[in-house]
Amino acid sequence: MIVASNVSKSYGAACVVDGVSLQLPKGGITSIIGPNGAGKSTLLSMVSRLMAMDAGTVTVGGLDVSKAASDELARRLSILRQDNHMTARLTVRDLVSFGRYPYTKGRLTLDDKEHIERAIRYLDLAALSERFLDELSGGQRQRAFVAMVLAQDTDYVLLDEPLNSLDMKHASAMMKLMKRAATELGKTVVLVLHDINFAGWYSDYIVAMKDGRVAAQGPAAEMIQPQVLSEIYEMEIAVHELAGQRISVYYG
Amino acid sequence: MSNYHQPEPFLILAIVATALLALVSLFVGVSDVSLPALLAGTAEPRAVEVFLVSRVPRTLALVLAGASMAIGGLVMQMVVRNRFVEPSTTGTSESAALGFLTVTLLAPGWPLVAKMAVSALFALGGTALFLRILKAVPLRDVLLVPLVGIMLGGVIGALTAFIAYRANLMASLLAWNMGDFSGVIRGRYELLWIGLVCCVLAYVAADRFTVAGMGKDFTTNLGLNYKRVMTLGLVIVSLVSAVVLVSVGSIPFLGLIVPNIVSLMVGDNMRRTVPWVTVGGAAMVLACDIVGRLIRFPYEIPIAVVMGVVGAAVFLYLLLRTPRHA
Amino acid sequence: MHDLRSRPHPELVEGRGRNTKAATGSTSWIDKLTMRPSRPLIVLAALTLLALLSIALFMTLGAKGNWSFVLGFRGKKLLSLVLVAYAVAVSTVLFQTVTNNRILTPSIMGFDALYMLIKTSTVFFLGVGALTSIDSQLQFVVEVLAMVTFSGLLFRWLFLGEERSLHLLVLVGIIFGILFRSMSALMQRMLDPGAFNVLQDTMFASFATTDPTLLGISTVIVLAVSVVGWRLMHSFDVLSLGRAHAINLGVDYKRTVAIILVLVAILVSVSTALVGPVTFFGLLIATLAHGLIGQSKHRYVLPAAVLLAIVALVGGQTLLERVFAFDTALSIIIEFLGGAVFIFLVLRRSAR
Repeated sequence: MIVASNVSKSYGAACVVDGVSLQLPKGGITSIIGPNGAGKSTLLSMVSRLMAMDAGTVTVGGLDVSKAASDELARRLSILRQDNHMTARLTVRDLVSFGRYPYTKGRLTLDDKEHIERAIRYLDLAALSERFLDELSGGQRQRAFVAMVLAQDTDYVLLDEPLNSLDMKHASAMMKLMKRAATELGKTVVLVLHDINFAGWYSDYIVAMKDGRVAAQGPAAEMIQPQVLSEIYEMEIAVHELAGQRISVYYG
Repeated sequence: MSNYHQPEPFLILAIVATALLALVSLFVGVSDVSLPALLAGTAEPRAVEVFLVSRVPRTLALVLAGASMAIGGLVMQMVVRNRFVEPSTTGTSESAALGFLTVTLLAPGWPLVAKMAVSALFALGGTALFLRILKAVPLRDVLLVPLVGIMLGGVIGALTAFIAYRANLMASLLAWNMGDFSGVIRGRYELLWIGLVCCVLAYVAADRFTVAGMGKDFTTNLGLNYKRVMTLGLVIVSLVSAVVLVSVGSIPFLGLIVPNIVSLMVGDNMRRTVPWVTVGGAAMVLACDIVGRLIRFPYEIPIAVVMGVVGAAVFLYLLLRTPRHA
Repeated sequence: MHDLRSRPHPELVEGRGRNTKAATGSTSWIDKLTMRPSRPLIVLAALTLLALLSIALFMTLGAKGNWSFVLGFRGKKLLSLVLVAYAVAVSTVLFQTVTNNRILTPSIMGFDALYMLIKTSTVFFLGVGALTSIDSQLQFVVEVLAMVTFSGLLFRWLFLGEERSLHLLVLVGIIFGILFRSMSALMQRMLDPGAFNVLQDTMFASFATTDPTLLGISTVIVLAVSVVGWRLMHSFDVLSLGRAHAINLGVDYKRTVAIILVLVAILVSVSTALVGPVTFFGLLIATLAHGLIGQSKHRYVLPAAVLLAIVALVGGQTLLERVFAFDTALSIIIEFLGGAVFIFLVLRRSAR
């Protein structure tokens, strides 16, 4: 379980995350949605200790993220942000191998190699595994980073807008993969998503943020409701039932 | 424009202050020259001699070099449309030095004016090269422009140093790169009057530069020949750099900090900034030279060293002042 | 727990049937022959040979008379060149890893100018007498400590506050360098206004004349730095992924980066003390090393950079001094090439 209590963050005078308290259930997929500037990514960064919080505490599976040793946390939770520009020139396999760093500090064991190969296969990167990252398309690179996070084999997997550079086909494949990681491997997956239909279709639990606070939260079915969404996004959003799933329509 | 009408009295004040600085500059030195004695005609002939041959030319040189370098920087900033350029951050000064070195090696007998002309041509070429390189940069980051210019200057400087080293002219090169007014006497500064001509030219063409500063499309839209304005600007900058270089040596950062400070004070309309920049440049050079002469009296510290400290500090302040809006 | 090995998702297969089909699964013999890992090894082997050749030529070429004297004399010079090569190469590569870019180097950020300023300030504030009365090795250690402190402060201020653009950092670094140099020049002029040559000697790098008194202490310092660096070796590659990934993978980011920067500051002090400031040498070496190796693993890039630096310094010095009979021109040539590389890098980066 991820527990945040009274977490705040400000940049100068602007308060980006304002006293958020949350309990995210263990297991399944949780999506964080909300308009631009709601503080979603900032919250995720603080939960994953990439950013120091001004106030409050976060525990992940009982570990306080601002106090626990960084390498112990790295075996418990993984985080992938949207901006993965890097100067280092690495092959896909090199990158995925870094997922095992928290366990062996660079000296790969047979067990590590197995994890790496599995993650590469899981994202179907075998054919690309010796290619350099800068030779790949945006979507392929995104998959390589996800493979690294999978090789890290943590109970908690946090992804900030993982669908960003993916087309429809790869976006839905990525979400299916997350679903499998949650159901088959028992991972707890937390995503920041912009597309509320992806969020509604695949998530078990949805947290909606607005102006640095949690505006609403609940099981996906309760959250994908016209009143709830319209209020969060301050626009008219209709919800239709389609093939047993709730689809939001906001183009009108 | 909130302050469109107010600064003229301030400008007069600034001119008076600069005149006072010039007066101080006249009477600082090892030889004892006093104003009352000069006026009363009781001064020794030797003191009068020192005054006329050394002090007056030096003060004139300071005023002329300061004003024209500052104007050179201002024009450069308009032409390149970047606040952080001046002859020493665009490869212009270094090219002028390369030209001077080349002509000194190949035609040592030529008169100084001819050498200066060659130097100015090199400066023009170096600046054109700089602009050519900038064209290859699709993304015109404000800070990338001076960065590329400083590096280009470094490369040209290294080339110059190499030639100077081979030709055993290292000491001369160091002297050119290290602006210093201590050697100025009558007969060795008069080329600087060309700098004054450049200032006047810049003032006359001020409106054109202001318009050109808004960009090519904007300029063409107003019916001006963009290329001609650009060329005039580059010629002014190159001439100023070469004249100052061959007369007293290069003075770093002057052309950068004076226009920037003026711009912070009175805005960017060139017709109004040209007088301010002229006066400000003269005042800055006079002040730094006086400091250089007094700080280790009776020895002198070259103005380039003093300007290096002052200029770099002000430049850093300008860079780190506020969060960048770009 | 389910097996991760279950079939891949057909939806995830990109461009199936085109470029990826042939390469799926086992690697063919052609792939094995041209496998990438062999390239760094070939490069390293070639560089080792070149470095050894440079050293052999440096020690023997044009030697006349008493061999033991020649070898002893040149050996000292060789040691200082190798120390400088090592210090510049390692400090630049690590600095670029930590700051996650390929343009900034410690010297471009004004580190060696800062060292010169510290050195000048000691004399300026303590007087010339201090220079002769204090043991030069002790003085060096104090200077290194001051250097670590000041560069640490400067670095904290520049990098650990708000995020700043790379161009701003580079420009600020260069201007800081000019400021430090001007301040040193000012102090030197005030100390001894007539001594134009003193200024000239210390402000320009010279590989032909190195300071022999600091050789012993420099060797000890460089060895100590290497031991600490060796123990952090495993984190270098992870750090090159950038801050977020490094933290995600469990690196104690602030602490590790702080230690590495201290090492960098010490190495810069050593090289500057031995030969003087060289702005673009590190950039030249690091860029070439990355380019030749073709990938970013530090176990290849670091030795490649060190070997390249040795080839450039020892080989270059041999070539210029013994073959062309120039003496101090090597630093000028290096600055020229380095500046050109810098312009190229900046332009290529912004063109992307």
